[in-house]
Amino acid sequence: MSVPYAKLPAWVDYGLIPLINLAVAFAVAGLVVLAVGESPVRAAGLMIQGAFGYGEGIGFTLYYATNFIFTGLAVAVAFHCGLFNIGGEGQAYVAGLGVALPCLWLDQFAPWYLVFLAAIVGSALAGAAWALIPGWLQAKRGSHVVITTIMFNFIASSLMVYVLVDVLKPAGSMAPQTRAFAESGQLPRLDWMFSWAGVDMGGAPFNLSFLLALVMAGVVWAVIWRTRLGYEIRTMGHSPRAAAYAGIRQSRIIIITMMMSGALAGMMALNPIMGDQHRMQLDFVGGAGFVGIAVALMGRSHPVGIVPAAILFGMLYQGGAEISFEMPQISRDMITIIQGLVILFAGALENMFRPAITAFFATLGGARADKSIAAAE
Amino acid sequence: MEYFDTLIVILQSTVRVSVPLILAALAGLYSERAGIFDIGLEGKMLAAAFAGGAAASVYGSALVGLGAAVFVSVCLALVHGFASITQRGNQIVSGVAINFIALGATVILGQAWFRQGGRTPQLGEGERFTTVELPFAAELADVPILGSIYSNLLSGHFLLTYFAFALVPFTWWVLYRTRFGLRLRAVGENPGAVDTAGISVIWLRYRAVICCGILCGIAGAYLSMAMTAGFVKGMTAGKGFIALAALIFAKWKPVNVMFACLLFGFLDAMSIRMQGNALPIVGEVPVQFMQALPYILTVILLAGFIGKAIPPRAGGVPYVKER
Repeated sequence: MSVPYAKLPAWVDYGLIPLINLAVAFAVAGLVVLAVGESPVRAAGLMIQGAFGYGEGIGFTLYYATNFIFTGLAVAVAFHCGLFNIGGEGQAYVAGLGVALPCLWLDQFAPWYLVFLAAIVGSALAGAAWALIPGWLQAKRGSHVVITTIMFNFIASSLMVYVLVDVLKPAGSMAPQTRAFAESGQLPRLDWMFSWAGVDMGGAPFNLSFLLALVMAGVVWAVIWRTRLGYEIRTMGHSPRAAAYAGIRQSRIIIITMMMSGALAGMMALNPIMGDQHRMQLDFVGGAGFVGIAVALMGRSHPVGIVPAAILFGMLYQGGAEISFEMPQISRDMITIIQGLVILFAGALENMFRPAITAFFATLGGARADKSIAAAE
Repeated sequence: MEYFDTLIVILQSTVRVSVPLILAALAGLYSERAGIFDIGLEGKMLAAAFAGGAAASVYGSALVGLGAAVFVSVCLALVHGFASITQRGNQIVSGVAINFIALGATVILGQAWFRQGGRTPQLGEGERFTTVELPFAAELADVPILGSIYSNLLSGHFLLTYFAFALVPFTWWVLYRTRFGLRLRAVGENPGAVDTAGISVIWLRYRAVICCGILCGIAGAYLSMAMTAGFVKGMTAGKGFIALAALIFAKWKPVNVMFACLLFGFLDAMSIRMQGNALPIVGEVPVQFMQALPYILTVILLAGFIGKAIPPRAGGVPYVKER
């Protein structure tokens, strides 16, 4: 069987085609805005103004982006192994326990950095544990990870409702949430980064976990492309049979990859719980686990792509909130549509425009060759 | 006698909540048996529920609503088909995308058209489906046990309910006794063989996806026009995934699908009934546990601890002709 598509220059493959797919997704989203009776151009303007036009907006954009970097990396790591982890939402939700419990135990006497360390470890462990079971089931019992992770999202949501309502809710309180953390259960905000640039961050909850997200992006790059484990993961993703032939222990790799993925998704819980609300609330993940799918597909599963893709979605979240003030027709649900369209065009229909682009570059190359022949004569 | 009446009430609500599950799971059955995995059942159902509720209230007719529901659902199914059959994209990714598009679009369009916070207007008489009484239901109600079963459990449902249950043997017949069914199963197991026999794999799979769209559309219409009177934001609430779980639980077999859906429906009915009530032996079970039970059962089944669920062999794999 031949290679289905001719080879294209790298900048076309990694730059142009994703951009075209993204542009089409946004064009279709623009049609929805038009159908609702608003101007897509004005909506886009409002969105960019709301997300980047002033300090507080930028702070919120980066705050949301922090969530999406974590969940995007989680999905991407699994993609490299040929696994589709739809369970980021549930893993992050359960990992909330890994953040909230250390905070509740330690915030009275330990300094914030010790609490932060404990929470990092706790969230990663809890997320990894929640991903371990689907991973183990895929590796040892052959049940498909997509289905089990979907099921685990629902189980996590029931579990966390139970825990918040029946266990962690302080006596006498009505709201299903933990008590507020003391000072040392709160992450420092990154005001100094903004004051360097001479911008005022206002009340935005942009905090230290953003830097942790960037560090994790670097760690993921190093592990996937610079270690033996990463090589084995990628081999599994490209060809499980080749991996088996090379003596790679498949079930071990599947389980490790799923745990890494779950740990990354779990760390997302640090940002809203310790960085913003300073307590664990019902449904604090708010769909970030699913946005991670779109972010990973858009970023082509590479940290260098994932960080800007996460910032783009952060812009959609923050700018989307601003739009709904000006255009009440366009609520936050617009983002859900855009998310779906990005997943559709950057993921499932990834190769739709490839034949046309390949043909275009082939004729371009042909014309160039003709010219050089003509010049030689 | 009191226990018996309670049981009848629970079973009746079991039937009520099982219908959308049965329709959606059978929809998934057609698609997955042909080798196209579909985790977009939820999204198609949601979009259909919205289209049905909206069209029924605007045109004042339940049938127009049903038509709109089926039309929208089939359109989404065709998008999934285009992505996974023609473009050979990842079927899971495409299904996820459809779920999100439906989730967002129903709210945005609903708010823009009706301005009721994502709802469609309350459906009145004639704009929604009504229940039908089976003959002599009232007369037989006083007969002990059997009369109660007949008039309370079997009678007084929507036509769509009877349709859903009739669809189970019909699907079995289509799948195992018709040429189309044989080819449908073959294309999910070994598309190469189907192609060699001179039958178009692509057209066969598109037909399967369209069947899936039609049934998801009816399931959605049932939600917004029979079970309730109007569309509410996010009203499928995971039913598409429960249907998917039921389909796997039933090992992709039509009659098993019905029983799996009834089981999951029963758990749902019980969890509503048991809120705050203690069970005889185990004491009070958290509602959340009952809600999670279908998913837990499916995971245990998938793990191979209760039999083994083996999906169609070519499921999820796009078909490429040898070149």
